[in-house]
Amino acid sequence: MADDKNKIITASDVHLFYGRFEALKGITLDFAQKDITALIGPSGCGKSTFLRTLNRMNDLIPGVTITGNVMLHGKNIYAPATDTVALRKEIGMVFQQPNPFPFSIYENVVYGLRLAGVRDRRVLDEAVETSLRQAVIWDEIKDKLNQSALSLSGGQQQRVCIARVLAVKPDVILLDEPTSALDPISSGQIENMLLELRDEYTIILVTHNMQQASRISDKTAFFLQGNLIEFADTKTIFLNPHEKETEDYISGRFG
Amino acid sequence: MNSKKWNTVATGILYFIAGVMILILAFLLIFILWNGLPHVSWHFLTTPARSFQTGGGIGIQLFNSFYLLFLAMLISIPISIGAGIYLSEYAKQNWLTSLIRTSIDILSSLPSIVVGLFGFLVFSIQAGLGFSILSGALALTVFNLPLLTRNVEESLNSISESQREAGLALGLSKWETVLRIIIPEALPGIVTGMILGAGRVFGEAAALIYTAGQSAPALDFTNWNPFYIASPLNPLRPAETLAVHIWKINSEGIMPDAAQVSAGASAVLIIAVLIFNFGARFISARVYGKMTGTK
Repeated sequence: MADDKNKIITASDVHLFYGRFEALKGITLDFAQKDITALIGPSGCGKSTFLRTLNRMNDLIPGVTITGNVMLHGKNIYAPATDTVALRKEIGMVFQQPNPFPFSIYENVVYGLRLAGVRDRRVLDEAVETSLRQAVIWDEIKDKLNQSALSLSGGQQQRVCIARVLAVKPDVILLDEPTSALDPISSGQIENMLLELRDEYTIILVTHNMQQASRISDKTAFFLQGNLIEFADTKTIFLNPHEKETEDYISGRFG
Repeated sequence: MNSKKWNTVATGILYFIAGVMILILAFLLIFILWNGLPHVSWHFLTTPARSFQTGGGIGIQLFNSFYLLFLAMLISIPISIGAGIYLSEYAKQNWLTSLIRTSIDILSSLPSIVVGLFGFLVFSIQAGLGFSILSGALALTVFNLPLLTRNVEESLNSISESQREAGLALGLSKWETVLRIIIPEALPGIVTGMILGAGRVFGEAAALIYTAGQSAPALDFTNWNPFYIASPLNPLRPAETLAVHIWKINSEGIMPDAAQVSAGASAVLIIAVLIFNFGARFISARVYGKMTGTK
């Protein structure tokens, strides 16, 4: 069972304020290593905001205050000594809109490595192939690695963005509604890819799509108005939720 | 039916206005080139001007224009890039930065003759640089810097926020994100702005009359030591540029062929400015292609 696995991230009593508005009202949530955890809930419930506290992307927004602890490998990432640059190498992130750099596909994938000082062409070539294979896009684009990443379709761009994150070899991958801007076929390809990545990475996924959450996640957390309502095995959440709000949301009575 | 009719009318009016604009521009270009080009020859482009006889050229003025442009851009490009990066990426929204922005906007709307008089007082008199290329370059920097800075800032601002997030989320520092992602993406816009700025500087006269001066002493093109007084590279010599030369011939030129020299010089000036404009498009397309791997 998932409970036996190591906890890689533990968040305890996380509050987040935009100015005076409390967007997260004390979230306590653990993520097990090499699980796919889905965060679901209606728009504005705080699931994306919570996801972005895990790699400190909320720091970039002026007027945000965060209290509570988020531990990664037992270290508080909000400790003053934390290097956010190093943190974000361990916790990669994929966004809702595919956001490839307007460079070639090859450059997109190796950008993180290059800036980390990797010069060896063989290492870079290998990283490109490995990452693109993991992102299940290698066969589609292996002959046009020097073309602009912007020439690809939305679904392909998103997989290149995922490959770009994989190339840096993070421990955890955060995905913020990665398929909501994509068509069903591209979404399906990304879901299959996530299932294959589960063996090597801890994946935390925000999604609006409940079928998606039920298809690919091991655990599901349901958020509502800044509160964590329920967190359990995905099966339990979808078949036998304990909370009334969860059941209402799952069965489509609101949201 | 009615809205369709109005659509036709409105479209027609817009086409008419656009047509008038193009006609005016075309008329000006053709007029200047038609009158000037017959006087332009290799001899005209390379010989010094003559004050009292026919047959003078614009060689020294042409060289002065390019050298002054080079010096002015050498000073203003680094400063404008630094200031633009600061304003776009690092400055917080507060009264100080909004004061800076307002000041830049006011500075960019100063008439160039005022900039010239300011340069005369500060650089030529106070700083003791006299009528010199350096005074002129500094005055042109004052004239050009606000526009270049705003151009850099706006080019950087036009890059989507998601690109900054992508860089930071990938574990790049803020400076690496700016330097390796945002600036390369904004480079086509920045380059275009720089080249158009160069064209503006190249054609500027009023800011130079009292700073770079109105005389073009003979140059010794065999001695390139910048400290030698007649050296083309000496930044402390007075240097009349092409645009100032045109102004001067027309106001007080006494050579018999003043009209022809003026027309020829105007044609050369127009051609240079056109080259800058088309060059900006060409180079920015090339830079974009190179950055994005589409070429």
